[in-house]
This record gives sequence, C-alpha cells and structure tokens, in this order.
Amino acid sequence: MERHPVAGWLFVLPATVFILSFTDLPLVATLASSLYTAPFAGHPGHYVGLDNYNGLIADPAFRQSLWNNVLYAAVTVPAAVVLAMAMALAVNAAIPGRAWLRLSFFLPTMLPMIAVGTIWLFFYTPQYGLVDRFTSLIGLGQINWLGDTSTALPAMMAIAIWKQAGFFMIFYLAALQNIPPPLREAAALEGVSRFYFFRRVTLPLLGPTTLFVMVTAAINAFSVVDHVVEMTQGGPDNASSLLLYYVYATGFRYWNTHAAAAATMVLVLILSLLAALMFGVFGRKVHYR
Amino acid sequence: MSATPALRTIGRWISASPIWAFGLLWGLPLLYAVWSAVHPPAYSTEFALNAPLTAANFVDSWNAAPFARYFLNTTFLVLFTVAFQIVFATMAAFAFARLRFPGQNFLFALLLLQLMISPSILLVWNYREISWLGLANTIPAMGIPYLGSAFGIFLLRQNFRTVPKELDDAARLEGCSLPARLWKVYIPLSRGTLIAFALTSISYHWNDFLWPLVVSDSVTTRPLTVGLEIFATPDQGVQWSLVTAATLMSSAPLLIAFLIFQRQFVQSFLRAGIR
Amino acid sequence: MNRITRRSVLAGTAGSIGALAAPGIVRAATVKELTFFYPVTVSAPMAQIIDGYCQQYAKESGVTVKASYAGTYPDALSKAITAIRGGNGPQFSVLLTSDIHTVQALDLVVPLEDIGLDAADRKWLDGFWPAFMFNTKVGGKTWSVPFQRSTEIMLYNKEAFAKAGLDPDHYPTDWKAQGEAARKLTNRTGSPQTWGVQLAADITSGHWTFGALTAGNDVNLMNDAGTEVFFDVPKSVATLEYWVDLSKTYNATPPGVTYWSTLVTNFLRGDTAIICTSSGNLSAVTAGAKFAFDAALPAGNPTPGTVVGGGNVYIFKHASKEEQKAALAFARWLTAPERAADWSIRTGYVAVTRDAFDTKTMQDYIAKHPVAGRPKSFLPSARGELSTFEDARIQTLLENHIAAALSGKATPAAALQAAQAEATAILRRYKNM
Repeated sequence: MERHPVAGWLFVLPATVFILSFTDLPLVATLASSLYTAPFAGHPGHYVGLDNYNGLIADPAFRQSLWNNVLYAAVTVPAAVVLAMAMALAVNAAIPGRAWLRLSFFLPTMLPMIAVGTIWLFFYTPQYGLVDRFTSLIGLGQINWLGDTSTALPAMMAIAIWKQAGFFMIFYLAALQNIPPPLREAAALEGVSRFYFFRRVTLPLLGPTTLFVMVTAAINAFSVVDHVVEMTQGGPDNASSLLLYYVYATGFRYWNTHAAAAATMVLVLILSLLAALMFGVFGRKVHYR
Repeated sequence: MSATPALRTIGRWISASPIWAFGLLWGLPLLYAVWSAVHPPAYSTEFALNAPLTAANFVDSWNAAPFARYFLNTTFLVLFTVAFQIVFATMAAFAFARLRFPGQNFLFALLLLQLMISPSILLVWNYREISWLGLANTIPAMGIPYLGSAFGIFLLRQNFRTVPKELDDAARLEGCSLPARLWKVYIPLSRGTLIAFALTSISYHWNDFLWPLVVSDSVTTRPLTVGLEIFATPDQGVQWSLVTAATLMSSAPLLIAFLIFQRQFVQSFLRAGIR
Repeated sequence: MNRITRRSVLAGTAGSIGALAAPGIVRAATVKELTFFYPVTVSAPMAQIIDGYCQQYAKESGVTVKASYAGTYPDALSKAITAIRGGNGPQFSVLLTSDIHTVQALDLVVPLEDIGLDAADRKWLDGFWPAFMFNTKVGGKTWSVPFQRSTEIMLYNKEAFAKAGLDPDHYPTDWKAQGEAARKLTNRTGSPQTWGVQLAADITSGHWTFGALTAGNDVNLMNDAGTEVFFDVPKSVATLEYWVDLSKTYNATPPGVTYWSTLVTNFLRGDTAIICTSSGNLSAVTAGAKFAFDAALPAGNPTPGTVVGGGNVYIFKHASKEEQKAALAFARWLTAPERAADWSIRTGYVAVTRDAFDTKTMQDYIAKHPVAGRPKSFLPSARGELSTFEDARIQTLLENHIAAALSGKATPAAALQAAQAEATAILRRYKNM
C-alpha cells in the first residue's frame, strides 16, 4: 500500500461527506433528540433522559409494533429460507419447462414493493378477490384478510415471503451448481439415498448461503414497510404495524419527532444486533467470492 | 430401463407436476393482475374464455394520473443517484483498497455502518437535514442521502484488491497519476462488479418508496412508486382494472429490462449479494 | 437528463435565495400577488377548475393568485409548515377543517376577526351552513373559511330495496329499522351474494364513520376546544355496540374492518346494497351506477344525524396585514353564491352557503340530478368531525380500538374505555395551555 495522506482523503471525501451526513450524523442526532422533548407552548425543548423511551413502553401501539415485528421476522425469515431452498432444488433438477418456473419464482423480486402491495390488495379483496373466491369455493367462507386483527399480519407475512423467496432462490441455485458433480456420482454409485445425500452433503454446502439469506431476510423484516403504508396503515387495531411503520407514523403523521427518534433508536439497536450476529458469530463462516 | 422415451417423458412431466402446480400458484397474483389489466372492467374479476382483450385500461390509467411525469421523475432520480454513487464509490474504494492515509481504518468502520443502517431508517432526522438544506420536495433530495454508498465502496474495494499489483505498478512506472491508474487499470478490470452494483442500485432506487414518500409532496417530484400508491388507494372507489394496469406499467421498465438481460441481472445480484 | 436535473437543482437554489429576499419587497407594495397551497392528489380536473377561478379573479380584481398544488391534505399541511418555518410560505392554504387545533398549536393561522371584518364580511360569514362552522368557529373566533366541504351520507340501491320488499322511497330512520332492512338486503347463501350495508373503519376513515353514527345518537365526540374527548360515555358505547351488532346480530355487514377505498366499487358492483360514504362521491356513483339509487341520512337513535368533513381556507399569521386582507377578499370571492354553486356542481362537494343552493344554476342542476340536492336537507342534522389537538394521533387510536371491537377482540365498552384513557393522557397537557 502506498502512503498518500492527502490524495487518499481527497478520493474518499465525496462518499465520506454523504455517508457521514446522512447516516452517521443522523444516527448521533437521533440518539440525542430521543433524550429531549419538543418545544411546547412557548417553552423550549429540554433534556428528559429516558422519558421518551418510557413513553414508548407505555404506548400499546409501540409494544404491539415491536411484538408484531418480532413475529414477522420469526415467520418470514425461515419461510423464505425453506421456500427458496426448495425452489432452487426443484428448478436445479432437469424438469421440463424449468426456465418458466424460475421466471415465475423470480419475477416478484423485480416488482416494486408498492406494486406487490397493489397486486395483493386486489388478491385479498373480500368477495371478488381471488383468495376469497378460492376459500368460498372450498367452503371456508369469506375471510376479510386485511380487515381482521387475526389475519392482517399473516397476510403481510405472505407478501414478504412471496416478494423475496425468488431472490434468495438464485443464491441457492448458484451454490447448488458449485457442488462438484463427482460427489453426486460417487454417492449414486455407493447407493446413498437422495435424502441422505441432501442431509449430509448438500445441506452443509448450502450453509454459508443460508446464513447470508437469513441475515438479509432479517434486515428486510425490520426495514421494509412499504406494503404496510399502502395496504393497512398498521391497522386494524395495530395488528399489522411494524417498527419502521410506527416510526413513520409517529414522525410524519403525528409530528411527534422525539418519540419517533426514540423508536428509531430501538430499531437501530435491533439492526446492530443483527449486524453483530453477522460479522461476529457467523462472519468467519460466510464465504467470500 | 425398458420404458420407451415417450413414456419416460410423460413420467418426467408427472413427477414434475407438483412443482408446476406450485409454480402456477406462485404466479397467480401476477397473472390475476395481468388478467384484470388487459380485459374490460366488466371482466376484471370474471373469468370467461371469450372475454375481449383491450388496451383501454392502460390508456385510461395513463390519463387518469400524471404517470408520464412520474416516469420522468423516477428516471431522473435513478440516473442522478446511481451516477453519483458509482463515481463516489469507485474513488473511495480505490483509496481504501490501495492507498494508505491517516484515519483510514476508523473512517472505513464509520462508513460501513451504512451497510446495516440505511438512510431510510433514519428518515426523521434525514428529513430535517433535507429541509434545512432547503431541498425538501426536490428530486435530488430523494437521492442525496444515498449518494455515498457504503455497499458500493465495500463491493468495489473487494474487487480492486484482486487487481494484479504488477499491472498497477507498470502504470505507475509509466508516470500515470492516481486518477489515471484508477481509470486505466482498475475500472476496466472491474466492469462486471460495476455493472453488478449499477443494476442492483437501479433496481433498489426504481422501487424505493418510504423516503420519497416523505420528501416529495407534489406531482413535479413524486416518483412512480408514490404516484402508484396514491392512485391505488383513492377516495372515490378503487377501479381495479385501472389500478392493475398502472401497476404493470410502473413495473414494466424493470421487468422488461430483466426479461431481456436475465443472465446479467442474476449474475449481478449474485455478485452483489455474496459479501 | 443532465439538463433537467440541473434545472431542478437551480430552481431549488433560486427558490431559497428568493425566499430570503421576497418578503420585504412584496410587503412594501400593495398586494398584487398571492400564493396558496391547494391539496389535489390527481392533478387534472380540480386543478384546472382552480386555475380557471384564479384567472377570472385576476381579471376582475387585478390581483394574481397562484395555486401551488400540494398533493394530499397531510402533504399540504406539512408543506405549509416547512415553508413557513423556512420563511417563504404561502399567504393561505386549503387544509382539513379538522386540522384547526393542530394549526392553532403551531401558531400558524390568524383568526378572521383579527384581520378585521366589516358588517358585510360578518353577513357573509353568517351565510354558511352552521354545520360547516363546527371546527371553524372556535372560542368566539372564526379560524378559517369553509370551502370544499362534504358530509357523510348513506347511498342505497333502490332496486335492491324493492326486491327485498322495502320501500325504496323511504330510507329507514332509526337504528333498528336500518338494521332490519340491512338484514333483509343481505344474501349470503345464494348467488349473487350481497351484504346489506358496508361502513368503512380503516385508518383515516373509521373516525368519520363513527362520527356520523354518534351524531345519530345525539352525542359529540369532543369539546369545542379540542382538549377533551367523549369516547366512553354511554351514548358513544351504545353507538359502537350498534355498529358491531350490524354484523353480530343482524348479520348484515362483514365482520372486521371494511376499507374505505372498496366501498364505492362494492356498491356499484351490487356487492352491497347500502354504503356509508362521502357526499363527495355522489358524482362518481351517478356516473357509474347501472341501477336507481338515492342518498339518505344515516339512521339515528331515534333521530338521523351525520358528520361533516372536508377542507377550509386558512389564512396564515406570517403574512403581512395587507396580504391577509387580500387573501380574505379572495376567500370571500371564492365562496360567493355563483362560484360555490359552480364548484359544487363540477366537483361534487356540497355548496357551502345557503344562498348557493338558491342560485338558478344550482336549482337547474338539482332539477336534473335530484340526488345532488339531498345534502341540503342533511346539513341541519350534521355535526363537526372529530377534531382535537394531535388529531391524527387521536383519530388513529380511536380507529384502532373501533377495529378491535369490530373484530371481536374487545367489547365495545372496553375498546372505547381504552381509547378514552389513551386520548385523555395525550390531551392532558393541552388543557391548561
């Protein structure tokens, strides 16, 4: 490495300015403003320590959003992993028309989340939505997917899984194609069952990909709420509210920026834990290309 | 092994049928939207083989909201953002990969923070900053927080490190300046990574919603995603054939690009994904 | 792309430089130019009508009024806040009537009395429908001018009424009759399947529906000052119980939350025989309905009632006295009977003054479209929309608890008690402000 004290800084300067101003500085400023109150009735804002955080804990909408988000991650992450792996195994085999299958699995990935939202809004509509027609056909009757407190969050989960499983599939496909064919041939000669081969050879080789997929899906679970904004606005009864949606609503619909700042810090804490998990515990195992 | 080839083919189809059923199920939401978009409203939820095809829904939705303007806004937003990202990330990645300067490691750690905490998470404070700069409700405002891309820097730095030192040394001995070495040696050898980053970033910003929703509040700046959201949840009763047509229209540029350059897109996502 | 991007960057810069210089220059001279924010989501028709009015006004008065189209109502409010704090805000804006306490808390608007009203002005203000002065006249002062106003109405399918053996010319007036009618209109077994009635309860619309129903039970949801709510009083609880019963007892509406944006579509498709919607949708339904329909007041307990909504013209404090006077003159011109009638006919909003209904234009239109004249008879029974300090937050929390009751997760009483407790905690600090 060459020493270039000045040139080095000049090269990194533009990117640094933007990253520091719109990621690092806001992070510190958000932390700071989460410890203050807003100016009110002519009084300037003042330091309140953890009051805003206590306020969050006291707010049922916040507690529900946090819990919803944990559930949302707990379901969408494993579901996306399992489905993506299954899809990859399916279309990796020599089955007829697999190019079409891959397309069907992958296309949702290319759609904006907002477009996915409108499509599923239509899909879920009571009475004439396709889901409802299907459920009434098999005698389940109508289900008001987005309008019932018990189904709104599962409905959102389905969307997240549908949107991303195909994306993760391509990583599994790539990993599967990296498994040396001689391994499989040897296994076939030895008379090893397909399931045994999958469990003892394929699955371990897919390990690094699975870690990558899990971390990405987990980050998405906490940072993508476009569909919530569009479809339910967190309702009914906060059933579909996620953390970032809570931040958005608190900051931009209620104009309560200090409470929103505190909620942002909770979100940052969760994302940092995920980061620590990725770089710390799993870091050594994730392979680099 | 006594089965004839014809029988074997049938067998293969039968064993593939559960997968096909699943593939069809997976495609249903999109197919339902397509059905509704290309048929007259009366057929939008009625499946009849004799339903006439029409392009009227596309024309009507195009005229019902300023989609032309939204397309323009999104295009500018994406080009502006991605162009600056690439330039800035390339410069920074080069310095982090091959130069030594004081504070380098600390700075790198500060920048990498963005890999986990994207500017859109910090939207409350970023909105405040953008307002202070007097940029609220402008197209650049929707891209500015992203102009420095830690992801791009990281990706390109990994790549630049694989560039053979000898090539770089040769250029240096020929008297090339640092920018010239970056331009002549590193960039040509990193085309794949650059394209990968560009395609990933284009997809991201074409589809971005929450931050533009917060920053834009007029037709002249609103991108497609925000325009579509407003169009899809109207006060006056949603017209599904128009909404599905608008949805397909808004997604079309990226979908068509993907269908044409499928391999490049998938390769790019793979390259950009595995960190 | 380069050129246009640069142009928009330059426009941004020019704007902010202009902002620093503008106030002094403009305010020194007599007012020749005004700017206001107008919320439109879909650009075309409304914006064109407003532009037309502005041109006509310039011709008549010599004052140029420029409309800046600001998106949705919340967009317009946030844009106004940002612009005024940045020192380059407009002189007035159309904002939600229910935003009154929010703009009061931000100290953004000036009451019309403080601008100065003469006798003619006072007479003009007396000419508005009293229902539209809720959330407008507060604490003895007039904070805005009613402009694009609507009211919640029941739209019902007359053919479905006749088929079910109900009188298509008389919509039921009390809760029980309405519930029984809806039950008869419901068909969940045969084909086509229809619901009797649908009411929206999703975020942003739920409080409005509830406001219409509580008006029919003779109870207000808040005090005039916007510092207190009455969610858990017996009459409010009884109202929510009735709403829940429409599904639980009468089996006439789907359980859970119905979304506002599906109502008109469902009504036009014949999926539901009655909807509770805005009078602003009358023109859309008139254009789309393939059956005879009519509008009515939501039934009451026992007297029908409803709620008003929509946007008013607010004049901002930061404008100079002359600008405020000019803005007031424009608002008066905008709500003159002929214009109010024209605006109502072309947009579907309710004409804001009594005189507007008496103009020949309006009379002729109502003769042709009788349903357009209905809101006139509804307005005497109308009340103000739920409006408090932090109204978006209060409305949302009420909507969430209503949803819990509609989903069967909580009893109406428990849901409304929880809503009351949360709202009271939020509003506490505004009581002694």
